[in-house]
Amino acid sequence: MNGGAPLDRDHGLHLLRQMLLVRRFEERCVELYSAAKIRGFLHLYIGEEAVATGVMEALRPDDAIVATYREHGHALIRGVPANEVMAEMFGKVEGCSRGRGGSMHLFDAERRFYGGNAIVGGGLPLALGLALAEKKAGRDNVTACFFGDGAVAEGEFHETMNLAALWDLPLLFCCENNRYAMGTAIERYESQTDLALKAAAYEMPAWSVDGMDVLAVEDAARKAVAEVRDGGTPCFLELRTYRFRAHSMYDPDLYRSKEEIADWRERDPIPALTARLEEAGLAGAGDVEELEGSIAEEIEAAVAFGEAGSEEPVSDLERFVYWEGAAP
Amino acid sequence: MSPPVETATTTYREALREAIREALREDERVFLMGEDVGAYGGCFGVSRGLLEEFGPERIMDTPLSESAFVGAGIGAALAGMRPIVEVMTINFSLLALDQIVNNAATITHMSGGQLAIPLVIRMTTGAGRQVAAQHSHSLEGWYAHVPGLKLLAPATLADARGMLGPALADPNPVLIFEHGALYNSEGELPSDAGAVPIEGAAIRRSGAEVTIVAYGGTLAKALAAAEQLAAEGIEAEVVDLRVLRPLDSATVLESVARTHRAVIVDEGWRSGSLAAEVSARIMEGAFYELDAPVARVCSAEVPLPYAQHLEQAALPQAETVVAEVRRMMGADG
Repeated sequence: MNGGAPLDRDHGLHLLRQMLLVRRFEERCVELYSAAKIRGFLHLYIGEEAVATGVMEALRPDDAIVATYREHGHALIRGVPANEVMAEMFGKVEGCSRGRGGSMHLFDAERRFYGGNAIVGGGLPLALGLALAEKKAGRDNVTACFFGDGAVAEGEFHETMNLAALWDLPLLFCCENNRYAMGTAIERYESQTDLALKAAAYEMPAWSVDGMDVLAVEDAARKAVAEVRDGGTPCFLELRTYRFRAHSMYDPDLYRSKEEIADWRERDPIPALTARLEEAGLAGAGDVEELEGSIAEEIEAAVAFGEAGSEEPVSDLERFVYWEGAAP
Repeated sequence: MSPPVETATTTYREALREAIREALREDERVFLMGEDVGAYGGCFGVSRGLLEEFGPERIMDTPLSESAFVGAGIGAALAGMRPIVEVMTINFSLLALDQIVNNAATITHMSGGQLAIPLVIRMTTGAGRQVAAQHSHSLEGWYAHVPGLKLLAPATLADARGMLGPALADPNPVLIFEHGALYNSEGELPSDAGAVPIEGAAIRRSGAEVTIVAYGGTLAKALAAAEQLAAEGIEAEVVDLRVLRPLDSATVLESVARTHRAVIVDEGWRSGSLAAEVSARIMEGAFYELDAPVARVCSAEVPLPYAQHLEQAALPQAETVVAEVRRMMGADG
């Protein structure tokens, strides 16, 4: 539930646009993948949009973000231009990682977006170091680290939780609990499935949040970020969500029932927010149509940008293995 | 006449410590982090006294969480710090392999050149102290396989003193391998000793008849072998690789072009070793210069055993290098 300020029209439509942008972008990626325009692994955020949208509302531009391989949405919401994200999918030099990262490794130094990390749990120690640097430099920036429920089973999760708490680092743990580590249900790999309890062992403030309710996510994230920024403690958010699509394009999705998926689709965060805005008289069908129109335009422009992009010359293959130029 | 350079007797350990102290003094972005680097003074005593001198913000003891604190070094470097991360031994560094190989070595490239990682990771390598198969291996050859990393192996006091500064100034992840048997080695170091180049190999002894390639803990053995060979009338040239990635092929090839024979001494296991890489480069670049097949003196292919006689039998020794050179010269003659 939204315990924060009353919802206003502009903010409501802004949240709706962020989620819709991600949804439509991902859907377009599926088409492009089927048309063999983009290749490799493709992990879709469809169903989970409220999580990144809500959390990102609580962050400042100088805060740092570490995400996973399911991060198109995080990049878009952070403000990485759709053109650059799409060009990266196309493997073009105009992409946000010059086509060297692809879907799983979106980076944007200017926006402090540190990937795009495809080793489950591997982004957590990075985020720890980013937060450590902020503290050492005396800056009040927060580092937000997104990771899935599967990462909780990794040693790196526990090592990072312990150190963040021990050193009082400004680190926000954002656990996107979509209930599956690829195809293994959480009940089948965790002895304790209430993930917020993990934080108790590290005496870290923690909240479990309905990750299908963008307003609830935003509200919890604002509280947690305030605690991290001003309270001198890391915090843990468990964001209970669900991915509507398979793990990746290779996944036949045989490990969960159609009924389960259908039940969660009933809680789709986008219609839910739309309904709330309409019920409150803050928006109407025309508004949604307008959003859809502008998003479709943005995405088609991004596809055209990606298609028209140039390929990095093979003669540059071995560039960027080491830093080019003087130390930054 | 140039004025006499003052020298002081120092150990490898003290030279490393002085390098860390200088880095901490000169750049406030530098900090040292690792297991027991503070209150204990470092597992091998390298950082003794530094906690008292620089305080707990600069000398940070960590839990036994290799992956997290090495990864934290990467993250802090991404955010502009200049961390020195100490991992107790190369065997323990395997617990941080994910961070080193999947993150430190990839992020600059994977981000299309947007992000630099000015990080130094120091670790002890090598055998000879009867600490058996989980504390004695020389796995630097594995790291040498990975593009994106730079690898240094200081074998001399001057390199122990001088490699850290340039490594910290380098915008890439640099791994420094300190051979455990060297910490107590003692010698004279000029009092004004400072930075040394971290590119390229060095010729530590000149000779015309055979090139002995070594690095880290095997350099002293190679030099001892050369001494013994000289007494027998065989002049050996000794090349210290110093930098294990990128390898300085040119210095090795030029030496082989002069001597026409090469023996590579490597404490790693022979199969898939750094010695194998150097050997392959000699084949590729100096095959027609060779008067004899390239030879390798490596560790026996066995997890290093505890018993002293077995451990010593498993390791390259000056005597085995001498024997290899004799065999090579005999076959040649």
